[in-house]
Amino acid sequence: MATEIDVTTTLDVQGQNCPIPVVKTKQAADDLGEGEVLEVLSTDSGSMSDIAGWAESTDGVELLAQEEGEDVYSHYVRKTE
Amino acid sequence: MSTDSPDAGEADADATAGTPDLATLQSRIEDLEESVADVESADDTKQMTIIATQGTLDMAYPPLILASTAAAFGWDVVVFHTFWGLDVLHEDKAENLKLSAVGNPSMPMPNALAALPGMDSLATRMMQKKIDDNGTASIQELIDLSLDQGVDLQACQMTMELMDYDEDDLMDGVTTDVGAATALEHMADSDIQLLV
Repeated sequence: MATEIDVTTTLDVQGQNCPIPVVKTKQAADDLGEGEVLEVLSTDSGSMSDIAGWAESTDGVELLAQEEGEDVYSHYVRKTE
Repeated sequence: MSTDSPDAGEADADATAGTPDLATLQSRIEDLEESVADVESADDTKQMTIIATQGTLDMAYPPLILASTAAAFGWDVVVFHTFWGLDVLHEDKAENLKLSAVGNPSMPMPNALAALPGMDSLATRMMQKKIDDNGTASIQELIDLSLDQGVDLQACQMTMELMDYDEDDLMDGVTTDVGAATALEHMADSDIQLLV
């Protein structure tokens, strides 16, 4: 659950559509230090698949969790290296 | 049979001659290990080349959406802009890309009506409103994101001369003085090649 994840920084891309959530997530992840966690808040339903796919094929990041709220999709990405 | 014995003899001789000594085997193993190490350490970064030929508002999107996303995946991306695709990189024209109402079956109007003066502008305004309402990124935003992430946006030199565009007409960060040979070179090296 999100409450157990120690979030370092939050990226709010609510109201923005593909490809902005993934591209901005990548840029924000670049600024993270090892072990730090990025929370991404998006209203784009495609972000669930897109951010999962991005994390899967990107070295040095780990997708900790994805949550589907009422209007907001939350993603938690940890920098591993 | 008279042919049997010589054949068998030859095979035996081959087998003996073909058995390498230990030193040769060791040297071969070392060579193979080097080759494997080369393959394993080879740069496995994916590459994508897109040839962007269209300059309408709708068709400007797919190359830039794919390019900016691929860059987020860490891929090397080249977008080679030619013919109307060049307008997407043009300082003034990029802000005023139009949608064509004619010949577009998805338009909620018959072609005869779509051909009337002002219909392209109307269709463009409708599309622009949808883009704004939907939170879809602007073309300029996607170009900036692409360039920020190291996407190589190239402008076909031949088309620039054909359209009478100057290097100063294009946005900063765009690669100029490139032609078909450059595009082909990138396409040959790429894992993905797209013509849009």
